[in-house]
Amino acid sequence: MEGILLHILGAIATFLLAFFVGMTYGGIRRKVIARVQNRYGPPIYQNFIDAFKLFSKTTAVHHGAMHLLGPAFLIVSAVMALMVVPVLRDNLWFTNLNFHGDLIFLIYIMVFGPLGMALGAGQTGNPNSAIGVTRGLSQMVGFEIPWVMALVAIMIKYNTTSIVDLMNIQNEVGQWLIFQNPFAFIAAILASLGMFRYAPFNIVGAPTELASGPASENGGKFLFTMMSAGSVFAFVKLTLFVDIFLGGASNLIVLVIKTFLLYMIPVLYGVVNPRYRTEQAVTYFWGWPLLFGFLAIIYSVYF
Amino acid sequence: MDYGIYQDKLTRIVTDIARSHSLWILAYGTGCGAIEVPATMTSRYDAERLGVRGAATPRQADVLMITGYLTVKTLKRVIRVYEQMQDPKYIIGFGSCAINGGMYWDSYNTIKQLDLYLPVDVYISGCMPRPEAVLEGFAKLQEQIRAGEARGATKYKENLDYYRGNQKKIIKNWDFPDYNW
Ligand code: SF4
Repeated sequence: MEGILLHILGAIATFLLAFFVGMTYGGIRRKVIARVQNRYGPPIYQNFIDAFKLFSKTTAVHHGAMHLLGPAFLIVSAVMALMVVPVLRDNLWFTNLNFHGDLIFLIYIMVFGPLGMALGAGQTGNPNSAIGVTRGLSQMVGFEIPWVMALVAIMIKYNTTSIVDLMNIQNEVGQWLIFQNPFAFIAAILASLGMFRYAPFNIVGAPTELASGPASENGGKFLFTMMSAGSVFAFVKLTLFVDIFLGGASNLIVLVIKTFLLYMIPVLYGVVNPRYRTEQAVTYFWGWPLLFGFLAIIYSVYF
Repeated sequence: MDYGIYQDKLTRIVTDIARSHSLWILAYGTGCGAIEVPATMTSRYDAERLGVRGAATPRQADVLMITGYLTVKTLKRVIRVYEQMQDPKYIIGFGSCAINGGMYWDSYNTIKQLDLYLPVDVYISGCMPRPEAVLEGFAKLQEQIRAGEARGATKYKENLDYYRGNQKKIIKNWDFPDYNW
């Protein structure tokens, strides 16, 4: 009984942590972009204000059941992914629901949310949403391949599909996976550029081009849900990278430092780049990231 | 004792502060004034530090900026855009053309006074207003929101017949669906 209670409390704590950290990182990102553009920029907590305002807006848009469910799909999949990723190493509070094979489960669940959102966006009948969805799916075809190849390389090498096992292996060997198989890390981090959908890969929600794509019919509370889901999901991805490649984190401060450094890669790559066209984005992922994916697999098989 | 009133009041104060510090604008780029919006948003004047930020669609926007003269043809679209926005919503009228017609006051196909057709919360005067004036306008709107006085949208709903009457007077081929919020 007590174990269950601890699990439930731990899950809530994890969600709050993910929400808070994700939102703050989003605020820092806006600040970084502003500084690069030689502006002062909004305060770091601006995202919280925006979220609160969005939540307090009325919502009178209704395009049918699927439209209402779209953002819900997003946040459900983000929370599901969060529950599978261990936040800290050897910690009672943040163990959550790890099981063998959760890496494979994650590969599936990470595309579940965007697909649900795609259905929802389809029902709004807005042409911008439809274009955004097709672009998003094409981009997904691009970055999923190097991403899965990087994970497969790791799975082959260590013969496990459990994130906790991977963390333990790294600690036993005393060397992070980023050094044991650098090619896998490079392929994964290049794929993560597409996963984060920051410039130059923000072709889905291109605000000036597609009027924010799938989100264009969603204001107020819908947008609040999507924003929270995005923040939680960003935290999930960063934590997953830390777990797999950087040996996990033993306390929250280490976690924040590691995730922040990782987060700066897509952010800084984004601020100095304009937006790609769809085919450019897809061919980008089928170029160098794919090559590094192959190298990673060859490296894990033969070395 | 009834704490409900205080609770309501506190909620209202907090939401109003949040709303005033997060204004997502939909710059409806009519007239010459649209050219001042990029200058206000970019590095020199940086409106984002006040929480002002561009929104992509009417559904996501809080503030509709009408940046100059409106032709009758455009007015129709602006009304449609305004009605698609979600409450609470505000309008900023920009430049003397929106206030009284400006130098287009005797033009054959622009409207003279925006206030007759849509409820304007803040006017920014000038032909065209400089970014400083635009920022001043935003500050004014923020003040109004915090004081709970930016009630343009409520006014519009309460006096819908009046506004509709004015709109229909000038838009000849009226083929709108009924307003549903
Ligand atoms: S007020 Fe002046 S600058 Fe603005 S739209 Fe009218 S004529 Fe142009």
